[in-house]
Amino acid sequence: MSDAHAHNFDNDVYEPALEGTFNGKLAMWLFLCSEVMFFSGLMGAYMTLRIGHPENFVFGHDTLHGSIGLAAFNTALLISSSLTMALAVLAGQKKETSKQRMLLLATAAMGTLFLILKSVEYGTKIEHGLLPRHDLFFAFYWTLTAIHGIHILAGVIPIMGLWWFAKTKDVSGECEMIGLYWHFVDLVWIFLFPLLYLI
Amino acid sequence: MSDSHDGHAAEHVEHPPVPYFAIFGTLCVFTLITIGASFVELGKAGNVVLALAIAAFKASLVMLFFMHLKYEKRPIVLIALAPFILVAVLIMALFPDILNGQYHSDDHEFKEAPAAEPHEAK
Repeated sequence: MSDAHAHNFDNDVYEPALEGTFNGKLAMWLFLCSEVMFFSGLMGAYMTLRIGHPENFVFGHDTLHGSIGLAAFNTALLISSSLTMALAVLAGQKKETSKQRMLLLATAAMGTLFLILKSVEYGTKIEHGLLPRHDLFFAFYWTLTAIHGIHILAGVIPIMGLWWFAKTKDVSGECEMIGLYWHFVDLVWIFLFPLLYLI
Repeated sequence: MSDSHDGHAAEHVEHPPVPYFAIFGTLCVFTLITIGASFVELGKAGNVVLALAIAAFKASLVMLFFMHLKYEKRPIVLIALAPFILVAVLIMALFPDILNGQYHSDDHEFKEAPAAEPHEAK
């Protein structure tokens, strides 16, 4: 992909849309803009219905706030994985390939552990019959956390791809793009954690 | 590949080293603060406002430093900020519904209408 771009650059076939920024990164920012609107639509619905029907949210809040340990650990995991991802991008730009690959692996591992712990949490919810139909709160809990979980999975897979391809190729540009996405997924959790577990 | 990537790698050397570990530490500290604060009774609105203010602060740290917005060129910054203006519009558009009580719990018609008398009331 990038090879063709570099070769065509001289023929003016490939032109960066934004001076000094490669198109992939610009495209990722635009995609993340649409993601912001996607999540804020759901969070806006949550906010409106929670203010309108507070009684439907009391039980759910008490349940989740009462057992906050796992979610707090998951929050720490995502923040840590954001750090390793940022360091992986930096290592990639400095051409420190083995360091970059190690950090990518650590990021993917923490993302996977997040998903495993989320499944454990889902298991206890199912055990107690706290399914989406239980009440309005759990309808939002499942929707928001499941969509976020799919985003985590959709991040772990390309990060593993980067880890694999970094062995033979320079993937610093791709690494920066996926890094932006990964930080965004962390950012969504920064809002979901207080909205669902704390308040 | 190497040509274009060298180009953008060189461009990134320009900005000063990003304090990744300090930002990570700050994010961890504020996570602990927000968890701790959720167990302190600050009034109904107080807890919500504090939790969301801390979340917004943490989110801006992630965007500025981890996502490098602090060091990006202006067009990227403007693109990144655009959806937040739209989010503000979205939330303001929701306010009338929240304030005039259309979805309020006292409005039993809203809650019971689908089950009891689907369309006859209208």
